[in-house]
Amino acid sequence: MGAVTPLDLVLSLAAVSVLAGVLGSLVGLGGGVVVVPVLTLLYHVDIRLAIGASIVSVIATSSGAAAAYVRDRMCNLRAGMFLEIATTIGALSGAFLTTLLPARALFVVFAVVLGYSAFATFRKRHAAAVLTTSNDRIANALQLHGSYYDLAEGREIAYKVVGTKLGLSVMYVAGLVSALLGIGSGALKVPAMDLAMHLPMKVSTATSNFMIGVTAAASAGVYFARGQIDPVIAAPVAVGVLCGSLVGSRVLGRITSSTVRWVFVVVLTVICVEMLQRGITG
Amino acid sequence: MSAEAMPGKRLPQEDTGVHRVEGAISVVLRVGVLLSVGVIAVGLGLMFAHHPGYGSFTGHFSYHRLTSPSTTFPHTLTQLGSSLSKGNGRGIVVVGVLLLIATPVVRVAVSVLAFVLERDPAMTAVTLVVLGVLVLSFVLGGQLG
Repeated sequence: MGAVTPLDLVLSLAAVSVLAGVLGSLVGLGGGVVVVPVLTLLYHVDIRLAIGASIVSVIATSSGAAAAYVRDRMCNLRAGMFLEIATTIGALSGAFLTTLLPARALFVVFAVVLGYSAFATFRKRHAAAVLTTSNDRIANALQLHGSYYDLAEGREIAYKVVGTKLGLSVMYVAGLVSALLGIGSGALKVPAMDLAMHLPMKVSTATSNFMIGVTAAASAGVYFARGQIDPVIAAPVAVGVLCGSLVGSRVLGRITSSTVRWVFVVVLTVICVEMLQRGITG
Repeated sequence: MSAEAMPGKRLPQEDTGVHRVEGAISVVLRVGVLLSVGVIAVGLGLMFAHHPGYGSFTGHFSYHRLTSPSTTFPHTLTQLGSSLSKGNGRGIVVVGVLLLIATPVVRVAVSVLAFVLERDPAMTAVTLVVLGVLVLSFVLGGQLG
């Protein structure tokens, strides 16, 4: 292994991170899905440092992709900001519970939850219908409903939002597990918006992208102070992921919602297996 | 930036409040991203310039020394200050990473302002709560580490 110099590490990691950024910005997960296993399995980096790099990659994907999604009105800003209340409080509580809860059991529980969301998303793969009415009091009062221009379908799509209370609860859990397990909280955020709140799939992944940066920032301070953010790893990851997210954010508008769902189901299944493996073998 | 030039992409949109908020947020994110990438790139460049052995041509310095649990790098503001005063590339990278971490926080702060200007009390309250939790997490996080 002596032949792999720091320069090789930086260059190859940047290349892998570009891929992570493309994928992460498409499905709203933030690239940690790719970055953590690559760092631990391929480069044998300590898991604590890999998780720190993952947090950086989440923030990089989020900011890079959201700059485009917000401008293109793919994000539901109001819904995203409203739900951030729950994710940031979840992330904050998770940062303090991290030493109290058994991580391995959490991985297994989380794997089961993700497996279920992958299945539910898969079942909904053909559904493209959006709601035209909503009697959700919170959504109506805060005007969380929205519309976006779908490039693939070539038309403006207006949609109504429901299930804000369920959405808030899932978002709290999403923030909690992202801080506890150091994984991108998008894996729970997208199903919360897609399945519980009936946002269109593309709006769900774009809005998840918008939100994950804030959730990750809420625990990034703790990770930084604990010395988990190694600049030699974080630098290529941040730069590579940012470049990838700029590409991914240009692709999302052009592909169909059902393609996005398919990619999401596959990625979710992979994370589910990853989590199970970490929970069972430690 | 060719996507903006695509014809027939946008509906004629009125310049309502939420669109101005969107514009402000998009600008904050883009500036934050460009700034942090620039600083990180400069830091990386300096790091390799100071340590010729890190490159592939001059030696077999394994990257493991830089990525093992025992590796040292600045992770408090005091350490960061001393690293920067030595012109250390790694310290500059850390500054870039901190700029990246700060970007979503600044984005929330700017949206508070934007919603105040749009006279939207409900969303102002929502964004203020998020900002409060974020600030709290950094204050508590600093003590925890």
